[in-house]
Amino acid sequence: MSSTFETVAGIIADTCDIERDKITPESHAINDLGIDSLDFLDVAFAIDKSFGIKMPLEQWTQEVNDAKVSSDEYFVLGNLCTNIDKLVAAKTS
Amino acid sequence: MRLEYFQMVDRIVTLDPAARTILVEGLVPEQSPIFEGHFPGHPILPGVLMIETIAQAGGWLVLATLHFAAMPFLLQVKEAKMRSFVLPGQRLETEARLIHDGSGYAVIEGSITSAGKKVAEAEIRYRVVPFPNETLRAQMLETARRIAVPEAYFHAA
Repeated sequence: MSSTFETVAGIIADTCDIERDKITPESHAINDLGIDSLDFLDVAFAIDKSFGIKMPLEQWTQEVNDAKVSSDEYFVLGNLCTNIDKLVAAKTS
Repeated sequence: MRLEYFQMVDRIVTLDPAARTILVEGLVPEQSPIFEGHFPGHPILPGVLMIETIAQAGGWLVLATLHFAAMPFLLQVKEAKMRSFVLPGQRLETEARLIHDGSGYAVIEGSITSAGKKVAEAEIRYRVVPFPNETLRAQMLETARRIAVPEAYFHAA
């Protein structure tokens, strides 16, 4: 997860013009870092490209909107990286 | 092309969702109210309509790829370049390549060529969402037939 986090944090810093030091595994992309939906799509595109995956954003958003899960599950960066790792593992298995 | 109706694509030349590519053509009309303002005495196709042309070409590719299950709406334009003037009466060929079909979004790279010379290029990003209503979907299908999108792409395989 640590290397995944470094990659994701770098993407967010570059894409959203956020100081790298402010980005931690505990940061919530929206509530803490203030990333809006348009910028988050930039981040998602960069993550998809970097890891060769397709993050299921529509499914995740639906689950949050339906209150099935907290937004923390997908938007706290540590959790996001865990989900990215799962997608990468699923791709290579 | 009917600029004032945002009809930027006259005909699909090639469409290959498997290869993630599309090529379309359009003839810039000799007359259009657009040219009365852009510009008086020097009519040229507005750069924003060149970008729109690329966006529509890529949009048809996205629609065909999704079998018209969802609609791409313009979200971002990146790295747009207008390399030369486009005049009334010019024939344009616009190609686009789908570089990523994300979840709820898509990204294409496209360019416009006229008489063998590239006149514009851009990366276009779309938000891809369910059709907001059946009226729009029906209209898109009608337009798709007019510009010769193969019917095989109209419905889920």
